[in-house]
Amino acid sequence: MLTTTSAPDHDLVAGLDTPLHVLREDGTRRPDATLDPLLADVDRELLTSLYLDMAVVRAIDEEAVALQRQGELGLWPPLRGQEAAQIGLGRALPETDFLFTSYRENALAWCRGVGPAEMLSVWRGTTLSGWGPFAHHMATPQVIIGAQTHHAVGYAMATQAQGKDDLAVACFGDGALSQGDTNEAMVFAASFQAPVLFFCQNNHYAISEPVDVQATVPIALRPTGFGIPSLRVDGNDVLAVRAASLLAAQHIRAGKGPMFIEAVTYRLGPHTTSDDPTRYREEKELEHWRRRCPLGRLERHLEQLGAPVGELRTEAEQRSQEATTAMQEAVAALPSPAPESMFENVLSTEHPGLLRQREQFRAFTDSLAPEQTEGSSA
Amino acid sequence: MSTTMTMAAALNAALRDSLEASEDVVLIGEDIGTLGGVFRITDGLKERFGASRVIDSPLAESGIIGASVGMAYRGMRPVSEIQFDGFVYPGFDQIVAQVARLHYRTSGAVRMPLTIRIPFGGGIGAVEHHSESPEAYFAHTPGLRVVTVADPQDAYSTMRAAIECDDPVMVLEPKRRYWSKGEVDTSVTADLSSARVLREGRDATLVAYGPLVVTALEAAVAAEDDGIDLEVIDLRSLSPLDRDTVAASVRRTGHLVVAHEAPGNVSLSSEVITSVVEDCFAHLEAAPERVTGFDIPYPPGVLEDHYLPGIDRILDAVDRTLGRRNSREAA
Ligand SMILES: Cc1ncc(C[n+]2csc(CCOP(=O)(O)OP(=O)(O)O)c2C)c(N)n1
Repeated sequence: MLTTTSAPDHDLVAGLDTPLHVLREDGTRRPDATLDPLLADVDRELLTSLYLDMAVVRAIDEEAVALQRQGELGLWPPLRGQEAAQIGLGRALPETDFLFTSYRENALAWCRGVGPAEMLSVWRGTTLSGWGPFAHHMATPQVIIGAQTHHAVGYAMATQAQGKDDLAVACFGDGALSQGDTNEAMVFAASFQAPVLFFCQNNHYAISEPVDVQATVPIALRPTGFGIPSLRVDGNDVLAVRAASLLAAQHIRAGKGPMFIEAVTYRLGPHTTSDDPTRYREEKELEHWRRRCPLGRLERHLEQLGAPVGELRTEAEQRSQEATTAMQEAVAALPSPAPESMFENVLSTEHPGLLRQREQFRAFTDSLAPEQTEGSSA
Repeated sequence: MSTTMTMAAALNAALRDSLEASEDVVLIGEDIGTLGGVFRITDGLKERFGASRVIDSPLAESGIIGASVGMAYRGMRPVSEIQFDGFVYPGFDQIVAQVARLHYRTSGAVRMPLTIRIPFGGGIGAVEHHSESPEAYFAHTPGLRVVTVADPQDAYSTMRAAIECDDPVMVLEPKRRYWSKGEVDTSVTADLSSARVLREGRDATLVAYGPLVVTALEAAVAAEDDGIDLEVIDLRSLSPLDRDTVAASVRRTGHLVVAHEAPGNVSLSSEVITSVVEDCFAHLEAAPERVTGFDIPYPPGVLEDHYLPGIDRILDAVDRTLGRRNSREAA
């Protein structure tokens, strides 16, 4: 865990020495002056639904990995270990806030009602954009590291200009902190006091590179240099992430400018299904983080509150079963696009050059088709 | 004394031998050290040469290229890796506005012996931004050498020559050929500026580079069945272009087909065909033909076989230039 003794902008960062958390690892609740005011509404029902959400997205994620292993998907970027960070954020925001994410935020997509076919089609290679951004208030996932941070800021500036109070959220990883784009986005956000939330999941790795290749001080200190206040929060504590997200959203909606959250978490699986993490990290480190599993922590908490955890598990299994069955069916039914569809939407209007290429393509593919002569069709 | 190895192994050997040959050579890029690169091209090199010569960089392409420029100022010969073709654009400004111009701007005082390695092209069923052919952007930029490799021997020799070259050289590695095997003799040297005639033929000149060289050779074998004798040229250097080798061939065959994966619009095929028209128009017996990616963004994975030029599309173009029956004759 990173530590820092002297922070130049201490007042702008909460949770610098120890990430903010309200659930201890044994599941007991602890007081936290920053987050407690945002936790007044937490009751057993809310806890139960957060638990079910996390359990189901874990199952979805594991099913996607299995589908990739079966050759049904070309690739999948697992989010295992990051359920609390994503559900904590996803459950804190109204659906009208617009999300700009990378490829790993499938739990957020799930919170936004993205269906299994929409979620899997990109990874099966049948489309470049699985869902309609405006239908789910979530941009199509970004592969270019950090690029989406600019888009979130621009969206927020437009929101501001239109006098509306919805937010834009930029989600990215610790690696993205190194890109010029991410740093430029923070300059814009601060200069224009744009209503944007920067949400960085520090999962400790950018493919093989440990976070200290990207930042030698806690990530939450970076935005303070731009004048953006930040919260460093335990990303494996779903209550803490939810409270921090609510706090940041309140701050931003009150017109006080952008905010930054560093959710300190850990990617338990590989970077993607084609990665071999044994090359760059130790089993001991993994063990350490497995013990901090966000699901286990909430389960212990619920147990202490006297919730019927056995029944809850059964319900989680049932919902997971439904979700994964839906995924299997969706994948089996995913249509391959017609080859000629690749010529569509290059420009908003058709133009002769491309129409000509499409005609030539059609003529070529027809020329390959087995000859249909009158004699052979009988 | 040659050994059979994959193109990936040949590139690894070239990097190893270059690091061995000069203390000035350093490698820098994302995931190239501990992981050995996502394609394992730098596998084992950090263990052997240490973290200060095989540098795992922050996730920042502008930083990777920009820092390499500074290293070159200080007399080093950086070999920077861009992890995938589609990720070169954040470093584009450093490449075209800095790397390519420093020698010229300083009247030759500052050398930029940078090698920029980029796995490029499609055919591996990857997601967005992992299958691009960005060569034309760079070939358009004076001051930069842009070379491609096509087989293990060529990969070894070209990589070593690129690192020894005092100019900035962008080496485009066809990722779908990384695992193809061939003989490699480490004593063979390459000339960065020249194209290679890989197969002599009488009826038409077929020009390709990078991933399509293998496809072009296969097309030439298939054409034999129809009694067509194709000459196959690997352009290898996209900038500067060896137009003499191409023109000499067209003077013999009178017919030209150019094939590449990148969209045809404002592309290398545009340049090769223009150069032939300028250099030996009178020898052309028919209009030159090209087989390229379409003028669309690289499509989703399940459609890439339709997008990428294959043997049949190349032969169809050969038929067109030779005035034989082809898919467009009815149109
Ligand atoms: C501009 C750019 N460079 C390189 C890559 C290759 N790449 C894909 S994911 C990744 C690591 C990203 O790490 P991080 O930002 O921490 O996010 P995480 O994957 O951990 O969620 C890299 C280097 C890319 N997609 N885009």
